[in-house]
Amino acid sequence: MGGATLLKESGPREVFCGLTSIVWLHRRMPDAFFLVVGSRTCAHLIQSAAGVMIFAEPRFGTAILEERDLAGLADAHDELDRVVKDLLARRPEIRTLFLVGSCPSEVIKLDLARVAERLNGSLTGGVRVVNYSGSGIETTFTQGEDGALKALVPLMPESNEEQLLLVGTLANSVEDRFITLFNRLGIKNVASFPPRQSTDIPPIGPRTKVLLAQPYLGDTARALKDKGAEILKAPFPLGVEGSKGWMEAAAKSFGVQDSLFTSTVEPLIIRARKALEPFREKLSGKLLFLLPESQLEIPLARFLHQECGMKLIEVGTPYLNREMMNEELELLPEGTRIVEGQHVEKQLDRIRQEQPDLVVCGMGLANPLEAEGISTKWSIELVFSPIHGIDQAADLAELFSRPLHRRNLLNPKVLSQV
Amino acid sequence: MELTLWTYEGPPHVGAMRIASSMKDVHYILHAPQGDTYADLLFTMIERRGSRPPVTYTTFQARDLGGDTAELVKGHIKEAVERFKPSALLVGESCTAELIQDQPGSLAQGMGFDLPIINLELPAYSKKENWGASETFYQLVRGLLKDQPKESEHISTAWKEEGRRPRVNLLGPSLLGFRCRDDVLEIQKILGAHGIDINVVAPLGAKPADVLRLPKADINVCLYPEISESTCSWLERNFGMPFSHIVPIGVNATQDFLKEVHQLLGMDPPTIEQGNHQSKLTWYSKSVDSNYLTGKRVFIFGDGTHAIAAARIAKEELGFEVVGLGTYSREMARHVRSAAKELGIEALITNNYLEVEAAMAEAAPELVLGTQMERHSAKRLGVPCAVISTPMHVQDVPARYSPQMGWEGANVIFDDWVHPLMMGLEEHLIGMFRHDFEFVDGHQSHLGHQGGLQNENDLPNESNTVSNEETPIWTSDGKAELAKIPFFVRGKVRRNTEKYARQAGCRNIDSETLYDAKAHFRA
Ligand code: SF4
Repeated sequence: MGGATLLKESGPREVFCGLTSIVWLHRRMPDAFFLVVGSRTCAHLIQSAAGVMIFAEPRFGTAILEERDLAGLADAHDELDRVVKDLLARRPEIRTLFLVGSCPSEVIKLDLARVAERLNGSLTGGVRVVNYSGSGIETTFTQGEDGALKALVPLMPESNEEQLLLVGTLANSVEDRFITLFNRLGIKNVASFPPRQSTDIPPIGPRTKVLLAQPYLGDTARALKDKGAEILKAPFPLGVEGSKGWMEAAAKSFGVQDSLFTSTVEPLIIRARKALEPFREKLSGKLLFLLPESQLEIPLARFLHQECGMKLIEVGTPYLNREMMNEELELLPEGTRIVEGQHVEKQLDRIRQEQPDLVVCGMGLANPLEAEGISTKWSIELVFSPIHGIDQAADLAELFSRPLHRRNLLNPKVLSQV
Repeated sequence: MELTLWTYEGPPHVGAMRIASSMKDVHYILHAPQGDTYADLLFTMIERRGSRPPVTYTTFQARDLGGDTAELVKGHIKEAVERFKPSALLVGESCTAELIQDQPGSLAQGMGFDLPIINLELPAYSKKENWGASETFYQLVRGLLKDQPKESEHISTAWKEEGRRPRVNLLGPSLLGFRCRDDVLEIQKILGAHGIDINVVAPLGAKPADVLRLPKADINVCLYPEISESTCSWLERNFGMPFSHIVPIGVNATQDFLKEVHQLLGMDPPTIEQGNHQSKLTWYSKSVDSNYLTGKRVFIFGDGTHAIAAARIAKEELGFEVVGLGTYSREMARHVRSAAKELGIEALITNNYLEVEAAMAEAAPELVLGTQMERHSAKRLGVPCAVISTPMHVQDVPARYSPQMGWEGANVIFDDWVHPLMMGLEEHLIGMFRHDFEFVDGHQSHLGHQGGLQNENDLPNESNTVSNEETPIWTSDGKAELAKIPFFVRGKVRRNTEKYARQAGCRNIDSETLYDAKAHFRA
């Protein structure tokens, strides 16, 4: 490891729970429905995180527990059956129903696995029911996707064919681009998980090689490994270097000739570095502070330091999975302060004290920090935007330089100081 | 268990947050898991607040549940009190903590702090946001005032003997309420012009110390019954302070409000004549240009206060026809029902936006007044819409001064409602002229896919002209006539004509049938 300093902190946190992942998962798999079994808070969280409310018929909803559901679990089971049947009757296009556990459903010990099993036995019409937890007492933000994917692993058919499996939701355009590039390298059999249709679940077997596209899929990775797949060790595909390392891991594993890899990837790298240059100029030497939220913090810090020249003050992460982050930690500079967990008040104190040029944070904290004169970038935008891959490196850097650029436009005085 | 795809109101503890965030020197300890911190963004993003809500979430995790969560809660309380030094502390739970029953309020009360601690019990599985806000405000006021010695007898005309100007409290304005900040300024201005001072505004901008001064006012003004009616009633019962019940939204309601306040204070009410010159709405609505507004069909849905007010303005001040009125607020259902009854329609009380959308489509309005959700539904139906109530979006918190209450509020309302109607008319004209060469490149409608363009959904197509016993057949002549009717009433005309044709036993609908039906329904 590159000598990062790992610290732990606990206290009041300011992090979304795993339910939030539904916001992008439902868009990824349009034939699936995500039914949270929870409270009005859970319903309100998802619609607030999703921001807009333009859906005629959204593909997510909440079965809101009421007083009498709490009084008797037997009734709660019957009620849930009723809600599911009503829903499916109204929405015949649903192929996969995710029952998503929440804090209340977990505290009252509503066993959604059993409910799913029972519903699978009784439902006709080719709807599959799976379950996972997105509760805030168990999961943070992006971990919800880990749970959802892990729940799909048992449905993966077995196959002995050699294939490359990309795991983690990517923007469709980015995913297509990766597939094209792998094809150019001669890796023809490339599948994605989650698939674009929930029924289109890729097969798995001992000759499946997994590239994790997102850093928050620890449980899914373990489940895939248990199915015999090989998890390739690589940094995550953010920035030129991360994406190169990521693709290289696949290339090596598939025996792609070095010369072919270089001739395919090198022109992209040269182009991307050139595109990065103006942003590097803006970001270089600037102080960066990342609050814990999306779990992308460590790979982002690596990119912004290594390729954009930013100075890392602190890299927060909701939790640290050493195995998943090993490659990334290696690439961080000596002494990088990595803080696992959170005490939001103390963290804000440190921000005020160290006056970073840019803070990556959640939506609840962005405007208050801006009001204190500190530029911010919302982390939630990073999970919605096409940011992965060599070709996207400049776009990714632009996301971070825009707030600084804007600040300069609005504060000519600041401009002369820097 | 209730399937909810989208909810008009958040949970009750979000209501409590609205009260805490509206006030100064108050801190709220919320026993809740980390995900519940999302609620901060309602304030920092929708209201664009430059400060965090004064809330400490205990963010307990599954692994804490085995151990001593009570100690965890106490640790958070101690730290928050030391750090934020509030002069009153609210302590409560969100839905999950309610289930584990740590009693954080009692824990806090047992910690020996020298400050008022309000224990909030907000049942998360049966109540919602507005109720939570109302209850929190009530508990806070009660908690701070319950030990205060009561005046022997409260006389709301005491100002006369005391030789001072009368003074009132404005109760109910809060963050995440609809245009509260500007309403307060407007009402303050209007009352000031009548020689009435403001004693305290609460919760918005008030400190606990201000709450202690509430009984010093002659009367209370209940600006938003959803939030402050229970508090006003309590102050009436315990301090003998009367309160006003009329919400001053619209010219007529503002007149009535002024009359009520004057009477409560023992003053001579201003004449109607005086009031009519204060807002431009009255004259604008009379001006010939507004003939166009006559009988416009309007569908109204929102919180109770704004929906009821909108119905009155629509009918009495703009000459619209109210074809739908409803609320998502269970607490206000009774009031909305009686308002609807007076209009000869049935109120829609629901928390399900799809039901609202269906009722909207059925009512075939020309203008929708609703929340952000109705704006989206109306867009899908190609009907113009103005937002009159929460839940709202960031664009409903305008930078400019734009109250709903008082004279200026009436001006804002005239503009906000008539503008989308005019845009709707424009869309129709564009639709009519779309075959002209200026438009051949396609016109992007601000009303979504259906605005402007002839709305194919409202025209009978092949599949629904299939002959059966029930459905009369549209001849091509009938269809051509129907297509000439403005898109925003076409659905209604089509249904009426089919109804008429069935009643009259006519199998084919041609242009004459359309005219017959029109005459029939006019008669
Ligand atoms: S933290 Fe728990 S209770 Fe809160 S929204 Fe998330 S799952 Fe629901």
